[in-house]
Amino acid sequence: MVSTIDTVESLRAQFPDAKFRVEPTADMATVVVERGNLVPAMQFLRDEPSLGFGFLVDLSAVDGLKLEDDWPDRFQVVYHLLNMDSGNALRVKVAISESDCTLPSLVGLWRSADWMEREVFDLFGISFEGHPNLKRIMTHHEFVGHALRKDYNIQDGQWLGETESLMDEIGEYGENPADGGFSELIPINIGPAHPATHGTLRFFGKLDGETLVKVAPEIGYLHRGFEKHCETGSWTMVIPYTDRLNYCSAMLNNVGWCHTVEKMIGVEVPERTQYIRVIISELSRIIDHCVCIGAMLVDLGALTNFWYLFNLRERVYQIMEELCGARLTSTYVRIGGVAYDLNPEFIGQVREILKEIPKGVGDVLGLIKKNRIFLDRTIGVGVISKEDAVNYSWTGPCLRATGVDYDVRKAKPYYQYADLDWDVPTRTNGDVHDRALIRFDEIVQSMRIIEQALDRIPGGPVMSDDKRVQLPEKEDVYGSIEGLMNHFVLVYDGIKVPAGEAYHSIEAANGELGFYVVSDGSGRPYRVRCRPPCFTLLSAFSEIVEGSMIADAVPTLGSLNIIAGELDR
Amino acid sequence: MGLENFFANKTGFVATKLDHVINDVVNWGRQNSLWPYPFATACCGIEFMGAVSNTHDISRFGAELVRFSPRQADLLIVAGTITYKMAPILKRIYDQMMEPKWVIAFGVCAASGGFYNNYSVVQGIDRIIPVDVYLPGCPPRPEAFFDALIALQKKIAGEEIEEHYREKRPQLRPDSDTDWDVPAVDPAARGIRRGC
Repeated sequence: MVSTIDTVESLRAQFPDAKFRVEPTADMATVVVERGNLVPAMQFLRDEPSLGFGFLVDLSAVDGLKLEDDWPDRFQVVYHLLNMDSGNALRVKVAISESDCTLPSLVGLWRSADWMEREVFDLFGISFEGHPNLKRIMTHHEFVGHALRKDYNIQDGQWLGETESLMDEIGEYGENPADGGFSELIPINIGPAHPATHGTLRFFGKLDGETLVKVAPEIGYLHRGFEKHCETGSWTMVIPYTDRLNYCSAMLNNVGWCHTVEKMIGVEVPERTQYIRVIISELSRIIDHCVCIGAMLVDLGALTNFWYLFNLRERVYQIMEELCGARLTSTYVRIGGVAYDLNPEFIGQVREILKEIPKGVGDVLGLIKKNRIFLDRTIGVGVISKEDAVNYSWTGPCLRATGVDYDVRKAKPYYQYADLDWDVPTRTNGDVHDRALIRFDEIVQSMRIIEQALDRIPGGPVMSDDKRVQLPEKEDVYGSIEGLMNHFVLVYDGIKVPAGEAYHSIEAANGELGFYVVSDGSGRPYRVRCRPPCFTLLSAFSEIVEGSMIADAVPTLGSLNIIAGELDR
Repeated sequence: MGLENFFANKTGFVATKLDHVINDVVNWGRQNSLWPYPFATACCGIEFMGAVSNTHDISRFGAELVRFSPRQADLLIVAGTITYKMAPILKRIYDQMMEPKWVIAFGVCAASGGFYNNYSVVQGIDRIIPVDVYLPGCPPRPEAFFDALIALQKKIAGEEIEEHYREKRPQLRPDSDTDWDVPAVDPAARGIRRGC
């Protein structure tokens, strides 16, 4: 275990002339570096074996316009690093002023920084020197201004006249210079309204026969301003927006957000709630994997599996609806607990579903496991190596399919995951086949977790009795001045989170779902950054599929399980 | 198109009663064999999948043949949030569809922007294309979608068959400022700083 002091000491020993300032943050060590030292310091942090921060978790920025007294420079760019072996996390910050907001790019160190830097450029207007393709990524190319800056009005919509051509990204087409003009390079556009893209992605590619020579993905077609919206309401009002991040498993996003805010306030949720959250998280994970596998198999021409898996999904929807009144977008979790206790039938219903899942999943596995078409189209297709996956900041099942056993539930256990008996399934090939089958393995593990949680779930309250998050009982409100005041303040100001910053994450269905939150101590978030798992997965897509057949690109995309809601936010 | 055109051209020659009969027969055919194009962008798309799949089974209403080409479809189901980036695509897809064509705004995001009242989301697709049925819900349940589908079928039953061959303009709201002639952005006038 390397402490903060050691990290900073080794940085200072390596760069004696540079200044490194340590900030007191509770969740992880924070080091502020100067702009000139950013790249060498990051390279040192990544490559020094005793530190080993080889994983770039997140890259975002904060606009300090409304915090002017505390912030001499307007912007801070924030990097979150992780040592995957020891679990050490480190936050590196760089402060830059408005008049000169440029930073050196980190694309040379982590390729996942490519898209993350484009997003910061788009939404904050911070340019990165040395970036190969610094274009807007979320908003459209005719957009003026930078949406996440504090002086950009949230309702200033801007119409787009014409979609970007993307011709500059794929280069020349026509006669192929590689074989002396014998063959021809043809541009091809897929999406954003194409069934193979499962949502709203666009790929512009260049074909040589049926081989993809170059692919330029374009995202942002479902950018709904999640992060900007979070700054407008109270902390509780963010919960409905999180439902619509990964809408295939809405409960998991609820849990991720409330987990982060509870950690910032310092509220401990009751044990019963922790078990409830574990159960609904794993149920959500199962139905998310069902959609992913089902949709991917539809792309391969196997429609039957989709119906089998959607049957399971409908069953889970039914009990979710009985639990919280909504099928898809549940908003069930609250800061400090959950909205209602379990309905009396819930545990019995989940036990019944646990009996049905093996049948549905078994039917699908029986259809595909030895199916020649499935095996031919998936084995050895869309391969990514372990090193590349880490370099692209992959997490979740897709990373575990390459052989890295990183799972937030094991690495940073939250709730009861440390006490329950379950395994992290891994596979080794990193191809479409493994990415599909590892989801079946995870369904089995999720079922193990749910079974144990159902046996162990205790009674008791489902909301924390902490006065900072929970409304007092009615008799207290009407009977005592403290209760009345408490009620008044909670209703008027909302839940207050102490000033500071924190990054906390959970294992969502696609990987690490993290929230980096900055609070100024008022009743609303100052800045919320969501680290979506899909974003880094898709940023590696063009490298995976370039050189392969165009027909293989479709199952490759399906196996990544791109959910546009959390990809574009 | 042949059948409708045939009837539409002949209606001048036939008696009024027969005219009604022909009208009803064509509409009966249209309303019970809708070919949907799911323009599914977001969460509502998942509920649309739920409506199509076996538990709810959209084929009971004769609309199960989902087409992914606008040229083969006559019902555009806009399921999900439409952003300004997506707006030209939606407009183009609507224009590519043959007459007769209908549009369902599936969910509040498509109908009004929903709770995404921000810089990125179009505040209702009726600023771009005409809408026949607005379906609230975030997302609407499959049953609600069937309600909208039946409402659309009733609407089709009452239509004049020639109606679809007249020129159509988007039904813009009074406060809407665009009919796809995109207003030029003047950053200075709107107080937006370009940044560095």
